[in-house]
Amino acid sequence: MPAPLLDVQHLAVTFGGPAPAVDDVSFQVGASESGMREVRGAGISLIFQEPMTALNPVMRVGDQIAEALLVHGKATRAEARERAIELLDAVKIPDAGRRVRDYPHQLSGGMRQRVMIAIALACRPPLVIADEPTTALDVTIQAQVLELLRELRARYNLAILLITHDFGVIAEMADRVAVMFKGRIVEEGPVRDILRHPTHDYTRNLLAAVPGAR
Amino acid sequence: MPLLEVRNLVKHFVRKQGLFSHPSVVKAVDDVSFTIDEGEMFGLVGESGSGKSTTGRCILRLIEPSSGEVLFRGENVLQYSSARMRTARRDMQIVFQDPYSSLNPRMRVGDIVEEPLLIHRLGTKNERRARVAELFDLVGLDRAFIERYPHEFSGGQRQRIGIARALALNPALVIADEAVSALDVSIQAQVVKLLLDLKARLKLTYLFIAHDLRLVEHICTRVAVMYMGKIVELGETSALFANPTHPYTKALLSAIPVLDPDAPRQRIELDPASFRRDAPLKPVASEHWAAV
Repeated sequence: MPAPLLDVQHLAVTFGGPAPAVDDVSFQVGASESGMREVRGAGISLIFQEPMTALNPVMRVGDQIAEALLVHGKATRAEARERAIELLDAVKIPDAGRRVRDYPHQLSGGMRQRVMIAIALACRPPLVIADEPTTALDVTIQAQVLELLRELRARYNLAILLITHDFGVIAEMADRVAVMFKGRIVEEGPVRDILRHPTHDYTRNLLAAVPGAR
Repeated sequence: MPLLEVRNLVKHFVRKQGLFSHPSVVKAVDDVSFTIDEGEMFGLVGESGSGKSTTGRCILRLIEPSSGEVLFRGENVLQYSSARMRTARRDMQIVFQDPYSSLNPRMRVGDIVEEPLLIHRLGTKNERRARVAELFDLVGLDRAFIERYPHEFSGGQRQRIGIARALALNPALVIADEAVSALDVSIQAQVVKLLLDLKARLKLTYLFIAHDLRLVEHICTRVAVMYMGKIVELGETSALFANPTHPYTKALLSAIPVLDPDAPRQRIELDPASFRRDAPLKPVASEHWAAV
């Protein structure tokens, strides 16, 4: 069995409070179907929940994508500008050649999240960590962004660690799921198994609380 | 007679874009009409910018509507003087989305809940204190918390404080504006249960404003779907969800993630050319209308 792309072992985080925020968490994320890719550069990228605060408001979105490439020494200035347009195109921003000069405030929430994704993909990481990537979006926009993530995953052989509170999003997107409660993973397994036969009380209650759940 | 009747409500915002460009008019609420019966839980759903929150605020005149009528128990509150409106608001209260920003962080929560009674000069100090304690019991908060500050509470508890404050004056109508949207799903379920319990115990009527269609399907008797300032579909919840008719309602419903990973998924993209924006609501079935 090939080594996992990401192997987290006995992770603990405390913020000075009485209970640790993360308490002995271990899990693995495997490479996407076609096997391990060569890990280069940063290797892992992050997509955040709120693109308006994660993006620099006074910098053109094209420059922010180019910056990701320049910082990691992946391209010359001219190449980076070219790549920025390609990436905006890849995340399905219409009229990428013109949009590359926009500032974040000129874009809708969904478009800003697409820019975030373009920045995350700039260095071609094998693994993307998406932290509540659609939580701040309307449900129709969420559907489009999730669809985009699915497409990009297939196209770039991405592994995605998707952090969400929404079991519906998990059901739509994930192969495997780990359920966290009070800093610990209480249940982990294939999505179908967990959704159909949750064994931990916390998971059961969480699923029962979803409006319209059976 | 319905408890609340909204007739042809309009709210236009004028937006100045630049020094030399003509100001543009945003039709946030564009000819909205609906009624809410006594004891009903009426859902108003839509996405950001649909005008659902502006509609709720116009009913209370927290935002002054551009035109239209808001009849509460048959009287048009838009014609009330500001003094009369203040009195009318005893019967119509609002619970806001964000319990973190809607509670004054420097006030003790007991004072926050008491404040509406003070504003309306109701009761003696002791009577008001007794009422606050009663309200804490009602929303399931420990009386021992009365002297604490908002930051000492969790999101769900803060929303209970917001509800207690809204109920202080014994309103008939409560406008819940995304009142549970910011809460985690398990906490959300608890607060929804509280809202339903209170409705039964106090014979409340709700205008439940939300973006979460599944939640609305679950708890509302009737529902109106708003899109770009207009109601595009309205009906009894069961009828509307069984047969969504407007293209926007269909797109919205198809976008909701489904819990079953094996359920068939058919995403319906909204084609703005597939309907007329100014189409009036027409009957689709008994107690079900759509603007198609």
